[in-house]
Amino acid sequence: MTFSGEFFASMVLALVAIIGGVLLLNLNKVVHMVVALIFTFVSIAGIYILLSAEFVAAVQVLIYSGAVTIIMLFGIMLTKPYDESEEPTGKWRKIILAIGIVGFAFAVYLGIYNFDIPQVQTVLHENNTMQIGKAIYSKFIIPFEFVSVLLLVALIGAIVLAKREDKEGEKE
Amino acid sequence: MSSVPASAFLALALILFCIGLYGALTKRNTVIVLISIELMLNAVNINLVTFSKYGLNPSITGQVFTLFAMAVGAAEAAVGLAILMSVYRNKKTVHIDEMDEMKN
Repeated sequence: MTFSGEFFASMVLALVAIIGGVLLLNLNKVVHMVVALIFTFVSIAGIYILLSAEFVAAVQVLIYSGAVTIIMLFGIMLTKPYDESEEPTGKWRKIILAIGIVGFAFAVYLGIYNFDIPQVQTVLHENNTMQIGKAIYSKFIIPFEFVSVLLLVALIGAIVLAKREDKEGEKE
Repeated sequence: MSSVPASAFLALALILFCIGLYGALTKRNTVIVLISIELMLNAVNINLVTFSKYGLNPSITGQVFTLFAMAVGAAEAAVGLAILMSVYRNKKTVHIDEMDEMKN
């Protein structure tokens, strides 16, 4: 392992991503938590660029740090989380959960810490968007169409769920 | 060839997944629970992109799957927020431990 620019960039991005996640857990105000998560999403986009996935990085910035964050902010501002008191279900639940999650992390880490398979020279970075387009419109055309149906269903479902239902009450 | 080992990216994804899991299981505000689930989805996406470059036979398929997962995640966020709005209108609460209509 040498200290190249790629190594440095990936370490900085990973650090920013983890700091954003930790701030999500520790900040007090809900809006601040969401803003902290923007840092995580943007640095994950940087990680994607390092992994030679430029198109996915652009989509990450557009969808996650753009759309999902804004929709979550709207959700917070429309619901008024007036009561920001501490959780009534004591500390023991949190401690037991933390122990369980650390155990899970350790078990997975044992599997990946010396993950070493030979690296193959890839061409993923050349015309990345064109490769993705070719794959989607030839090999994955059926899942692609299903995704369009899924988005339509989600759109209609979200409108129906969030619509006011007191039309009959107003008329009377 | 890259100087960063693949296990570094996998470890980053593992840490983010654990943060998201802890947040989803301990936070009280439903919006934060939803956004923690988004964080877990992102961790899984990092794994997919990593293996699309460092796997045994690297190909573009991992990135295409990441795009599909993002579409599903965005749809899930929208529907989750709509359900939250509906619950908030009826119960005036966003706390996840007070949404227990289906309990009895």
